[in-house]
Amino acid sequence: MHLDALKPGQTAIIDRIHAEQALSQRLSALGFRSGKQLEVIRQAAFNGPLHVRIGSTDVIIRLQDAKTIHLHPLPHQKESTTV
Amino acid sequence: MKRVALLGMPNTGKSTLFNRLSGASARVGNWPGITVDLMSAKILLGGHIAELVDLPGLYDLHGFSDDEHVVRHFLSHHAVDLVLIILNSAQIDRQLSLALQIRSLGLPALLLLNMEDEAKRAGITIDAQAMSKQLGIPVRTISAKYGQGCPEALQLAAQTILQQPNLVTPQTIAHKLEMENAIEQEMHQIIDRTVHFPLQLNHSLTDRLDKVLLHPWLGLPLFLLSVFLLFQFIFTVGAPLQEGMGWLFDSLRSELLEPVLTSLPSWLNGLLLDGLYTGFSTVAAFVPIIVLFFLVMSMVEDSGYLSRAAFLMDTLMAKMGLDGRGFVMMLMGFGCNVPALMGTRVMRSRPMRLLTMLTIPLSLCSARLQVFLFIIAILFPPSQAALVLFSLYMVSFATIFITAILFKSKFSSREPFVLELPPYRFPTPQQIWMRGWQEVKHFLARATKFIVIGVIMVWMLTHLPTTAVPASPDTWAGSIGRFFAPVLDPIGIDTELAIALIFGFVAKEIVVGSLAVIYGLQGDALSHQIAANIDWVQGMSFMLFTLIYTPCLSTIATLKSESKSSGFMWLSLGWSLGLAWIVSFLFYQSVRALGY
Repeated sequence: MHLDALKPGQTAIIDRIHAEQALSQRLSALGFRSGKQLEVIRQAAFNGPLHVRIGSTDVIIRLQDAKTIHLHPLPHQKESTTV
Repeated sequence: MKRVALLGMPNTGKSTLFNRLSGASARVGNWPGITVDLMSAKILLGGHIAELVDLPGLYDLHGFSDDEHVVRHFLSHHAVDLVLIILNSAQIDRQLSLALQIRSLGLPALLLLNMEDEAKRAGITIDAQAMSKQLGIPVRTISAKYGQGCPEALQLAAQTILQQPNLVTPQTIAHKLEMENAIEQEMHQIIDRTVHFPLQLNHSLTDRLDKVLLHPWLGLPLFLLSVFLLFQFIFTVGAPLQEGMGWLFDSLRSELLEPVLTSLPSWLNGLLLDGLYTGFSTVAAFVPIIVLFFLVMSMVEDSGYLSRAAFLMDTLMAKMGLDGRGFVMMLMGFGCNVPALMGTRVMRSRPMRLLTMLTIPLSLCSARLQVFLFIIAILFPPSQAALVLFSLYMVSFATIFITAILFKSKFSSREPFVLELPPYRFPTPQQIWMRGWQEVKHFLARATKFIVIGVIMVWMLTHLPTTAVPASPDTWAGSIGRFFAPVLDPIGIDTELAIALIFGFVAKEIVVGSLAVIYGLQGDALSHQIAANIDWVQGMSFMLFTLIYTPCLSTIATLKSESKSSGFMWLSLGWSLGLAWIVSFLFYQSVRALGY
């Protein structure tokens, strides 16, 4: 599962990041590292970017870039919770 | 002279600190090989004058963004005696990597932990002494916004420079920068030992605001409304100020300059008054709008709302190869292109910034609106006036869209769209004022020479040879109009209108006035003459051309100074002229073909 599939309100743990160098460095500088927990707060209208919270940092990220972040969902959370 | 570089991540209050330390002495420095503006200032450090350089915000010394390149280039080509690293205390866990990266280069450094107040509210406490010991770098907490700790930080900086002379040459730094290092691990260790985080961070106020301002369907209308209100504010307050400036310059001219200069030969008198003086007052007329725009923009930017605007508008703008921040600048362009172009500096990827700058001159600004209102009132019945004006706005949007789509691949930005969303903050009045003042200085310094030369050239074209009646078809401008007749005839523009277009090159504000000079008539007589000379199809073609070709000399000067590239300025100039001709041609010929 990738970050772009995560719905607002859902939480997950980063498994690994599979992005080209520039993006992966930017993500890591913003706090995206494997093992870290993140939460999708909301998504902009018309299938727009995601608002993601990771640790103390809020980040907006386009779906296309979010696709590079592989997740394992938290065990106690159903993957297909509707919002 | 010692050189101190200020370095930090975006949204850490780095510019605020720079403004606080530099006072009003800051200016844009000229650094070979660097394409963004680097501000520098002379400051007093331990009894000596030192040069403080504000480097662009960066996330990672080894990153790939344009700004990160600039910082690396700077550090590898210019000797630095001290690096002031500024980090956000509330996000110290991920920002400390930057301090470690600088330390590993061997550069003398001083770490400033900013936004102490914000960290405290979030329940974060930092043991600065312990951190300093672990890092081997002096550490000091400050509040750049309110100034707490800043004098002490300067003292500490002076001490550090004295105690640790920099022995590392830029060449060594260039070499070291090429080698990656394992920073991650050490950073985690230090964070674990020195920083205590509460389990749940306090996001509450920002969260509540975001719930409304980023609401799935309320967010966008609220954003548009607030942009509208801000621009309304700028122009409601700006218009009387601009009029006041105009009155001031007119009175100065009629009361002082005209009587003093009457003894001069008439050509010199005309050159000084209509050429030089008009040039200066044209530049000065932009000052109130630029100050107001940047007062408002720095408020929006520092408050954290601009990143939210990017979030809301991104889907639409992405289709045009732009991002959400470009939208705010485009809207501003409908008021005045000049501050909108300057405002694109918030976009940190150069190709995307250039693409945005290419679209902004196509926004129907308030000066062009004046010309259209004048022509429409002459050539169209009141029942059609609103429709004609509306269609001009639609053409403006369409040309922006077409330009972005066509040039998307030439200025394609590979920068991923991952932006930090800072918490909402209240900017201080001082912060806002400094910004407005800086921008005006910048504009005046860069634009004056260029605009004055342009105004003098147009004055000569429309007043020489001395035997010709000014602005008549006998002048050089008239000759140019006739020379281009084969190009201008197919779009219905005669010699008189061509001369008006040459005037319009300086500023659209003077087009209506130039028509009065060209026809030698004023008021109703002028309107009747124009209505008799051209029909509505020609008038519309003239308006379309006026809408799309170069907005004004100030815009061109700003395009050049902001892009730092004459090539880009010529591209923008050529493209808008070509597009103006094509659109006018298509309109004029097809309407004529329909039998009008």
